[in-house]
Parts: sequence; structure tokens; C-alpha cells
Amino acid sequence: MRVGIDVGGTHTDAVIMDGTTVLAETKTATTPDVTGGIVTALRRLLGAGAVDRGRIAAVMIGTTHFTNALVTGRNLAPTGVVRLALPATAALPPLVDWPARLREAIRPSVHLCQGGHEFDGRPISPLDRDELRRVAAELHARGVDTVAVSSVFSPVNTELEEQAASVLLDELPHLRVSLSHQIGRVGLLERENATIVNACLRDLADRIVDGFAAALREVGVDAPLFLSQNDGTLMDADHTRRHPVRTFASGPTNSMRGAAFLAGRANCAVVDIGGTTTDVGVLADGYPRAATGEVDIGGVRTNFRMPDVLSIGLGGGSHVRTSPIEVGPESVGYELTRRALVFGGRTLTATDLAVAAGLADIGDASLVRHLDRDLVRRGVAWMASRVADQVERMRVSADPLPVIVVGGGSVLMPPELPGVPSVHRPGHHAVANAIGAAIGQIGGDVDRLFAVNTGVSREDVLERARAEAVERAVAAGAVPGSVEIVEIDEIHVAYLPGNAVRVRVKAVGELDLGRARTSDEEDRPWATT
Amino acid sequence: MGHDLTLDGLRDLAEGAALLGTGGGGDPYIGRLLVERQLRAGRTVRIIGVDELPDDALVLPSAMMGAPTVFVEKLPSGAGNVAALRALERHLGRTAAATMPIECGGLNSMMPLLLGAQTGLPVVDADGMGRAFPELQMETFAVYGVSGSPMSIASDHGDTGIIDAVDNRRMEWLARAMTIQMGGAAYICDYPMDAATVRRTAVPGTLTLARRLGATLRQARAAHADPFEALAGTLADTIYSHGMVLFAGKVIDVERRTVDGFARGRVTMAALDDPGDRLEITFQNEHLVARRGTRVVAIVPDLICTLNSETGAPVTTEALAYGQRLTVFAISTPDIMRAPEALRCFGPSAFGLSEEYTPVERLAAAARA
Repeated sequence: MRVGIDVGGTHTDAVIMDGTTVLAETKTATTPDVTGGIVTALRRLLGAGAVDRGRIAAVMIGTTHFTNALVTGRNLAPTGVVRLALPATAALPPLVDWPARLREAIRPSVHLCQGGHEFDGRPISPLDRDELRRVAAELHARGVDTVAVSSVFSPVNTELEEQAASVLLDELPHLRVSLSHQIGRVGLLERENATIVNACLRDLADRIVDGFAAALREVGVDAPLFLSQNDGTLMDADHTRRHPVRTFASGPTNSMRGAAFLAGRANCAVVDIGGTTTDVGVLADGYPRAATGEVDIGGVRTNFRMPDVLSIGLGGGSHVRTSPIEVGPESVGYELTRRALVFGGRTLTATDLAVAAGLADIGDASLVRHLDRDLVRRGVAWMASRVADQVERMRVSADPLPVIVVGGGSVLMPPELPGVPSVHRPGHHAVANAIGAAIGQIGGDVDRLFAVNTGVSREDVLERARAEAVERAVAAGAVPGSVEIVEIDEIHVAYLPGNAVRVRVKAVGELDLGRARTSDEEDRPWATT
Repeated sequence: MGHDLTLDGLRDLAEGAALLGTGGGGDPYIGRLLVERQLRAGRTVRIIGVDELPDDALVLPSAMMGAPTVFVEKLPSGAGNVAALRALERHLGRTAAATMPIECGGLNSMMPLLLGAQTGLPVVDADGMGRAFPELQMETFAVYGVSGSPMSIASDHGDTGIIDAVDNRRMEWLARAMTIQMGGAAYICDYPMDAATVRRTAVPGTLTLARRLGATLRQARAAHADPFEALAGTLADTIYSHGMVLFAGKVIDVERRTVDGFARGRVTMAALDDPGDRLEITFQNEHLVARRGTRVVAIVPDLICTLNSETGAPVTTEALAYGQRLTVFAISTPDIMRAPEALRCFGPSAFGLSEEYTPVERLAAAARA
């Protein structure tokens, strides 16, 4: 059995699943302390199902803690930044495009040093160990105990970042080192930014992971802990301590994957309707289609892959205007239970239309009986066609796309949408995000520049990248036979000799629950990837 | 006369330059940051019209050469571009009065601004491509008789070289080889000429054009107006005169391959309301030709731009991906780029295309008829 928990800004949702069956679900308020909300959720879950705690094989948590810390600028540690590159890159030092608010929050200690590689692996300049020892001394003097290390072209050659880390650790054994090649892709500023974000969150990551572990102990669950990453796969607790930045944007990903799982679909559109907004995303082979381009996190530009989501201002609390008919984007939001007609309020909302049309049983239906039948019919049709339009915009092939509707506002949708072959509103849809966490798989990524030349063909390169991705997924805890390649992307690099090609491969497999159970000893095999 | 570039003006210019990159030219983002940092440090960039220099003033155009993919990873030291300028000045035994872009589309719109900020040289509001092109000989300067040589090239380490080639095509080959040895990205000054020659051979006003196009996109976004209508309105009173939407749809296929260091490929889009209605664009770093079914609707050197349908933000060929919702917007080139000798240098045949060049506005009129 697996437990999935989604810690949002307002609510903590939790589910317990046996294989593909949802045994119990619960929703509780998120608490300011890390453990409180989780303990409450777990007690309710385990109490309700009278579950044998010993049968819980793993607990998966998706959390917004780290995103919130960056957005609010709170709980961030003073951070050292070491870039290995000189004389290159001097014109654009680290953090050059950061908002002043965040720079102040992390009080960076920035060091531009010798090092780096050219695209073809030649050194830009050799590592200067004495220079790095001086950096260590300054970090120590300033009380900095977490550092981000980036080196030019480290996604092609990782050795300089690793050597620099070992020099720094020889001087300062307690230093926490985040290496850019483990965090991001080609594109120095964006990768370095993500590495600095990671470094400044590592103190917090220890506290969060300790808090989660304490919550599990408090309710008597002795199962390994995993956290959701932004691509819908999982990382273990130890990995999370070192790579907290990978939890960013796991929320929408979990919600979409949970919805698709509940509906038994791998290729579909997911429509998540809340009180104020509707998010529409598309799953291809069970994973959200990624947005292209750079992604801003709290004003910091990174090159993470985030799910491609369209948002519109339509939800259960949306205002309804009658001539002409229009619903949203204004919303009564959390005041729905006070201001909507069905709750005795005076604002005509989308929920009132749904109740009047017989789609939902919320509040007091007699309070909307007076509404004009034609108005109700046209209002519901307006909302349905608006949502259908968004689905249509996300569709990329000629084949019609089935739609899964989830979220508290999903009652607004009639059983059929124009131009959509089928509409499903699965059971447990209100906790789709927690289910998304519970069904998380284990992944392995490769993203590197390869040279294709006479000795090495394109097929060789792809084969090598595929094998490496599978190996990484297995090393991270996937069942060896279950690993599949879910994504291959080749980008040909212009103006370089030897037909350089940048290859991104992602492999994903089932979490090996057997290994997870027996790995309570130190030095888990996958913990150091 | 002339004016100092402001931070807001720089942002607009960078976005407009991305549009004029016509799918290539490299993302101006890094270039914009480089210039922004200079402006914030109190340095100024003076932009002057082509008429503001005496006839015999020496102008040294400047640029970055190489792979934008390298440039976003191995960021510049800030010394290479100045080293290239000084090397060519030493070789010529003369001091430059101004610099200017050889390419107003993409990243290279920004490099002369950086050099201007670092050295105090004014930047002439004109360029030699009127957009982005992949090779150094594809310049109006070359078309109208200016030699690219002697040119200088410099690395981030400060190494410099002078190339004095027998023709502009050989200059491109030799400079490409040195660029690779310098780490895949280098800094150059080429087509040294006097101001009278700039007036005769350059595409005028292209920095201002880029800034105005960027401002148009920004304002349309703020006003929730149609960015494509707004762009067409802005272009109407410029020498680029025609801007028009060729197609709006979704990317259903992207095919890429690398040939001789160039990213060649093809993107296919389907109309939103009619999946059978297709537009296909062939690119070599930049977009070369757009075909709707079998009919050519725009062809090089006219500009074929791919933009995000929601925001109007330019999308480069490298960023093209399955599922994107794009609008294809064409811009007619000024007459100086459409003369027979110009078309021989950077028209369809220069890219191995068999179709004749037909102005995009005539293709559009024929399609309507």
C-alpha cells in the first residue's frame, strides 16, 4: 500500500492506495508547522481504513513548501556562489538578473574562478586549487555553509565541478555543495540560477524532510519517504535534502497525473476547475506535455521543464452576467458559501447555474428555482463551450481528445462538451493531486551535447543516451524491467563542427517497493546519484 | 541629433530584434543583459543616424560569430569584442568613429551596443542584413561592392587575428574555422568602410525599426490588443511597408537535421479550425520559405516570423516544438534587399531553393485573387 499526500498552501490532501484502489481519502487544513497537518491527515486516513501500518510500503509527498519559500523570500540560507569560467563569462556575473528582494534574502558570497570547458571538452583554464581554498576561507569567515558550484559546459564534462567540490569540502567538511550539472541543462545563467535556488533551500530541506519523517514516526508509520518532482517522478528523502529545487511545480503535475490515473487514460486533456480558475493541460503517454522556453520562478529565470497549462478565469465562484451571457473572470472565491444564491447570498454565480440546471446538489436548490430556464440553459452552454475551446486549443493531432474533469468546480460541466468525444468525472477527483503523488514513478534523465562524426553515428549517440537514462532510473530505485523511455528530444546545434547534437532522454519505471522497504540502512544504492 | 539608449528602449529593441531574427539569429536575451549591465553602471550608448557622420569617418561594424548555443553557456568575458575592434584599428592604422550592426536580427543587434557602451563609440542606426542571415557574405555591404576584409576576430581569452581574404565567401570560411578554434563563439569587426559607403550600402534605420516593433508588441500586450494587427500598423510607414499574418495554427511536426554545421529542417503547422489546412516552413537557422499546400506564400529574403499566438513573442527555430500555438507573420523587405544583385547574394538560389523570388505582398495579392 502507498500513501500519497499533497501539501498545498491551504489544504493538505491525503489518500491511501492498495495497488490501483483508493482505500480512503481525506482533506485537512495545512498548518504553519511542517508536521501538524500531515499528522492530522495520516491519523484520519489510517483510522478510517483501520489500516495495518506495517503494510504501508511507501509514503509520497508533494509539497509547495519550497516554492513558497522562494516566492516569499523567507527561510532562505545565506549562499555561496562559485563559478568556474575565467576569463570567460566575466561580463555577466552570477545573479545578474535576480530581483533585488531575493538577492538580499540570500546575501550571496559570489566568486568567479578559473576553470570551465569549451564545448568540445578543451579546458578554458585549469582549476586553481589555491584560489578555491581562499574561497573556502571567505565562506567560512562569512558563516556561509551552503554553496552553488557551476562550471562552463559542465553538462558535457562534470569533472571540474566535482574537483572544486572536493577542494571546498577538504577545507570545510560541513559545507553543503550543490553542483550545477546535477540540477540543470546547457544554458549557464539558467542552470546556475536553479543551482543557487537549490543551495539556498538546503537548510529548509533538512527541516522539511525531518518534519515529514517525524510526522510518520508520530503516527507509527515506518515506511520510506519520497517526494514528488516537477516532472511527476519521485525522489527519496535523502535526494530531496540535496535537490529541493526539483520539487518546484510538482503540484499541477500531480493533479494532472492523478486525474488521468483515476480515469484510466494515458492520453487525454485534464480540466481542473477550482473556485476561480480552470486549468487545462494535456497528458501524452501519462506525462504532462512540457511548456517550452524559460520558466520564471519567483522572478528567477531557469530552464526547468514545466507542464504546459492554459488557465482561464472560470470557476465555481465566477460571477454570471446575463446580457450578453458571460461567466467570470471575476469570482466570489472563498466567499462562495456566503455570497452565492444557493447559500442565501445575492450574487449569481456559476455554481447557481449548475444547481439550477440539475448538474449539482449544493446549498439550497429552492433559492435558484426562480431563475429563467433559458438563461440557465444558455449559461451552462456558455461555460461548456468556453472549456471546450481551451481543450481544442491544447489539442495537437487530428484525433479528438477525451477530457477528464476534476476539482471542486467540476460540477459546472454538463455530461457532454461540444467537439469532445467523451467527458469523465472520476471518483476521488477532489484529491487527484494526492493520488498523483501516490502513483509517482522513478525517472532518469540525460541531457548532453554529443558529437556525431565518422566514428560515432547518430544511432550510436541515441543508443548511448537511452542506455544511460535507463541506468540512471534503475540506480534511482526503479524496477529494472519496468523502465521505459518516455521522451527523446534531439536538438541540432548550429555552427559547430562534427554535427554536434544535444540529446535529452527521459526514462521512467515503477518504484521498486521491495528495495524501498529493505533500504533503511545507510548508503542506499540510489541515494548518491 | 542622435539619442542615448534607455533601459526601456533596450528591452523593446531586444524583442524587436528577436522578431527580425526571422526564426534565427540567436536569442538577444544574453546580449540585452550585457548592455543592461553597462547602462546600470552609468555608461551610455549613443545611437546616431547614417547622416550624422562626415563622409570620410571610419565605421567598423561589429558582431558575435559562432553558435548561439555556445554563447548562452560560455558567456562573454567582455574583453573579446573590444580586442577585435582594437586589432582592426591597429591593422588599418586608423581609429573608428563609430560602430554598427552587420545584422539587426537576433543577438547581433546587441553586440555593437555593448561595444558602444564599453568604448564610447556611437552606434549607427543601420545594418547590412536588414534581418538575420547565417553567413558573413550575406550583406548588403557585399552586394554593393564593399569588401568584408580585412576583418578582425578575437576570443574571450584576448587572442586576435586578422583575415584578409580574396573574397567575402572565403572570408566566411576562414573566419568560421577560427571561430571553432576559439571555442565556438568569437567576436568580429568586418566590412570596414567610410560613412559615405555606409549611406550607400546599408539598410537604414533598422535599430529604430527593431525598437519600434518591440514597443508595438509590448503596448499591444498591455492593451490586450491584437499584436499582429499592431505590427502591421507599425510597419506600414517604414521601408519594410508590408506586414501580414500568413497563417495561425498548431505545430504538428518538426523535423531537424544538421548539415555542414547548419540547423536545417522543416516545421509543419495545421490550422486550428481545419486540420487539413497546412503550412510548412523550411528553415536553415532562419526561416527560408513558407508553403501552404504546394503554394509558396513567402520566400527569402522576405521575413517569415513565427510568433506565439497568445503573446506575440517571437519563437526561434531551435525552440519550435510539437503542440505550440503559433502565428506566422511575414514582413516585406526594403527595395535595397530585392535588387537582382541582392537576390543573387541572399535570395532563394543562395540557399539552394529552386523557386524564384516573388515579393510576399504580391504572393498575398495573388492568393486573394
